[in-house]
Amino acid sequence: MSNTQRLSQAVLLAAAFFATAALAQETPDALVKRVSQDVLETARSDPKVQAGDQARIHDVVEAKLAPHFDFSHMTALAMGRNWRAATPEQQQQLTTEFKALLVRTYSGALSRYRDEKIEYKPFTASPSATDVTVKTLVVKSGGGAPVPIDYSLEKTAAGWKAYDIIVGGVSLVTNYRDEFNAQVKSGGVDGLIKTLKAKNG
Amino acid sequence: MIRNLRSMLLMAAAMPLLAGCAMGPTRDDPFEPFNRAMYAVHEPIDTHVVRPFIDAYAKYTPAPLRIAISNFFNNIDDLFSAINDGLQGKRDKFGNDMGRVTINSGLGLGGLIDIASQIGVERGNEDFGQTFGVWGLDQGPYLFIPLFGPTTVRDGSGWIVRLYLGPAGYIPDVPTRNVIYGIGAIDARYQAQDAVSFVDEAALDRYAFIRRAYLQRRLYQVYDGNVPPQKKEDE
Repeated sequence: MSNTQRLSQAVLLAAAFFATAALAQETPDALVKRVSQDVLETARSDPKVQAGDQARIHDVVEAKLAPHFDFSHMTALAMGRNWRAATPEQQQQLTTEFKALLVRTYSGALSRYRDEKIEYKPFTASPSATDVTVKTLVVKSGGGAPVPIDYSLEKTAAGWKAYDIIVGGVSLVTNYRDEFNAQVKSGGVDGLIKTLKAKNG
Repeated sequence: MIRNLRSMLLMAAAMPLLAGCAMGPTRDDPFEPFNRAMYAVHEPIDTHVVRPFIDAYAKYTPAPLRIAISNFFNNIDDLFSAINDGLQGKRDKFGNDMGRVTINSGLGLGGLIDIASQIGVERGNEDFGQTFGVWGLDQGPYLFIPLFGPTTVRDGSGWIVRLYLGPAGYIPDVPTRNVIYGIGAIDARYQAQDAVSFVDEAALDRYAFIRRAYLQRRLYQVYDGNVPPQKKEDE
């Protein structure tokens, strides 16, 4: 290995280290703001998104939003006590399918997005907190009711990750709990996986 | 006619009891089999009749007109919100809502323009169902009513009080009154359109999804956004 190669490797490593450090330092409210502005900016400016190209919208959500969510945590919460009854393999499958469903659902909501504005509520959690809620308010231009959207985030080794979205008091994760429970009751964990797969079709 | 109506009501009252034995109902939704039957009536009508109609409404009426219609009905709701602020002893919210009604009814041309929101006075969004909740009444059994949507015994009672108090009921001319009710219903459904699309995309079982969302939303509203943690666990 030449000296130049070694040097470039060292530079890469250092860059990766500083990127991670910066990520870890970003406060959860700053993260929510940065990511939502980024997604909405793309939604406003990308001609394909504007034209309602579902595949493109899906890609945007997958690339910009999904990395900031902890889907396995979300799936575990939606499963409740059935989570422990599932094998690691089933848990993996459930997470994959639930993620696909959530990404598609969010893409649908984004494609209906027009020119709403987001207000960021003052963030009050202490700097040492590891589980926080970031509150935002989506204000519609057309006279519709403003919608409060809260994000629950948890501090992980890979930075802050969201594990729930609460829209107007409706927790997305809690909302799936009844459904998941009913599916597991009637068809077992595999029954739920099958239903999720069919829905994602 | 009256006898028919009475036997229908009796049947409606008896059905959940009969059906309740067949399936395991939950605590929130003891009449689940009956409600699911009502939802099965509602869904095709909503999908094939109501939704195309609302889509056409959104497409063919100019946005300023739609906004004015929403504002007009919101203004009436704000008045009832103020009444409920009073019943719940929420003075600040009462002041806000009364201020909104005064500004919007006067400067806002009878509620057609929502000036109050433009100057930052937020809507209170209180109603009789929430007041009953604040007074300590539980939701009671969940109900799904075709064309009306999700409600509970408590919230439905609130609606009956609301409809009884008017103000459309005071309009002596029946056709005019019905037109007002009709436009109000169209506006309400139009405002719910995005939520309905969301349920279609998100839900595995629309009935259960709507129920949980409705109950979460109402709990949140009764507590004005600060639901105590043990109440959340309860769900």
